[in-house]
Amino acid sequence: MNAPVNPPKLHDCRDAFASTLEQLAAENEMIVAVCNDSVGSSKLGGFKAKFGERLVNVGIAEQNMVGVGAGLANGGRLPFVCGAAPFLTGRSLEQIKADISYSNANVKLVGISSGMAYGELGPTHHSIEDFAWTRVLPNLPVIAPCDRIETAAAVAWAATYSGPCFLRLSRVGVPDLLPEGHRFELGKANLLRQGSDVTLIANGTLTHRIVKAAEILAERGIDARVLNLATVRPIDEEAIIAAARETGAIVTAEEHSIFGGLGSAVAEVVVDNAPVPMKRLGVPGVYAPTGSAEFLLDEYGMSPSAIADAAQALIKRK
Amino acid sequence: MSVIDILTALYFRVLNVWPDQPKHPDRDRFVLSKGHTACALYVTLAKRGFIPEEEISTFLQPHSRLNGHPNCNKVPGVETNTGPLGHGLPVAVGMAKAAKLSGAGYHTYVVTGDGEMQEGSNWEAIMAAAQFKLDNLTLIIDHNRFQQGAALAETNDLAPLRPKLEAFGWEVTEIDGNNMGEIVPALERRGSGPHCIVAHTNKGHGISFMQDRVEWHHKVPSKEQYEIALAELSEAL
Repeated sequence: MNAPVNPPKLHDCRDAFASTLEQLAAENEMIVAVCNDSVGSSKLGGFKAKFGERLVNVGIAEQNMVGVGAGLANGGRLPFVCGAAPFLTGRSLEQIKADISYSNANVKLVGISSGMAYGELGPTHHSIEDFAWTRVLPNLPVIAPCDRIETAAAVAWAATYSGPCFLRLSRVGVPDLLPEGHRFELGKANLLRQGSDVTLIANGTLTHRIVKAAEILAERGIDARVLNLATVRPIDEEAIIAAARETGAIVTAEEHSIFGGLGSAVAEVVVDNAPVPMKRLGVPGVYAPTGSAEFLLDEYGMSPSAIADAAQALIKRK
Repeated sequence: MSVIDILTALYFRVLNVWPDQPKHPDRDRFVLSKGHTACALYVTLAKRGFIPEEEISTFLQPHSRLNGHPNCNKVPGVETNTGPLGHGLPVAVGMAKAAKLSGAGYHTYVVTGDGEMQEGSNWEAIMAAAQFKLDNLTLIIDHNRFQQGAALAETNDLAPLRPKLEAFGWEVTEIDGNNMGEIVPALERRGSGPHCIVAHTNKGHGISFMQDRVEWHHKVPSKEQYEIALAELSEAL
């Protein structure tokens, strides 16, 4: 009989975001948090208790929230503007363009509960368009950390980076993946597994699934490279071109529409530099049905075994 | 044209700004939310010494930094990029809130168009300014009664503006927005909360063939029309 295996501890990345922000705010009094009544869902209760007025709650008014963030930055503050990702990006996209990206305002946009995190609440609350909407904007790094450690590292990086960025966070618990003490580097992919038959690329919660897919592929005798690509823009062209040239096939998986997201961003680099067969896994341009995030990702072919199957099928096209 | 008197009062009487230090942290903030009147702002900035007067002739020319809408990363004195309507007031609320948080003494002024007040984002910002008790914020609504396509009254009539702003908790002053004697005291008024100046203005004020004619919302005069306009304005001085 096998010995019982303890399941890995799962961490909500919002906790890492909130505790890191509180630590940074204790050291830097310019840091403020701005939210749209989302004190609870953005985990800003601790920030409010510690820093009082430095939590600027504008109420349910995302367009104003983003504009206020730009104004706070103009007044010398370092704002982290937090809200549910579908509303932060969709409702206030023009503010993100004109007030943040085009004005190059030093504002950190933090999209909470991105992707399918609100799966059961339906497509209004699914945030599977936000990569497409944000990565087209100049001056705006787009970052989706994969675990507690990378989230904390990205938040710490954002506080020192001079310029705007969009941090895309989930609320779905995930185990630790990157080593403690990991430093976030903008535009740099993390090689999680070396391999030569195919490359699997993902970010956010999907990174965990491609790691498992690579393990399944290994059992099938296939040697898959695994890249965690937290930064969707500016993208790590070097790592993607190397993956195309050295493994000859690339599978992307994302908690996003297959139109305009991570897969599209990778494909743009591949097509321009080293064309190889690709498979983009994600939500296939439809409004998803109701269900948990886990159910929906499985439904759209992103269970570890389905990702492995997709990779195996792709290898045949090489 | 309706806004030029307000800009003149701001830059030559009211604003604490230093053209040689356009990013001085203590400067008063001014946001031209109705960015389509950028030309009036550029002329004012040039006269105040922020940009060379000779540069005005490059307005709208290829590679000129004087876009049709102001750019804060290219033009000194511009605080935030505007163009799409309903953006300036939320940003101004953030500027005023930043001053409150740090105890800075600067004042924030923002000019919107009256048609622009149809944008819902303005009313989000109006609520927030009242909630935050921003007595360091002045909104000037350039109430010229016309928007791009037609009269405000025929489109989405927000007038009268005063009771709406008051209902949202703002202090309101109504003035003749083309009369310096009324503009300057209104801009200098301070109260216990955010202040809105409803500036009754005339499009093309003082130019017989332009005044209150909707077709002059965004139009370039011919050389002959320019000469006539200049003569009429000179006579009024």
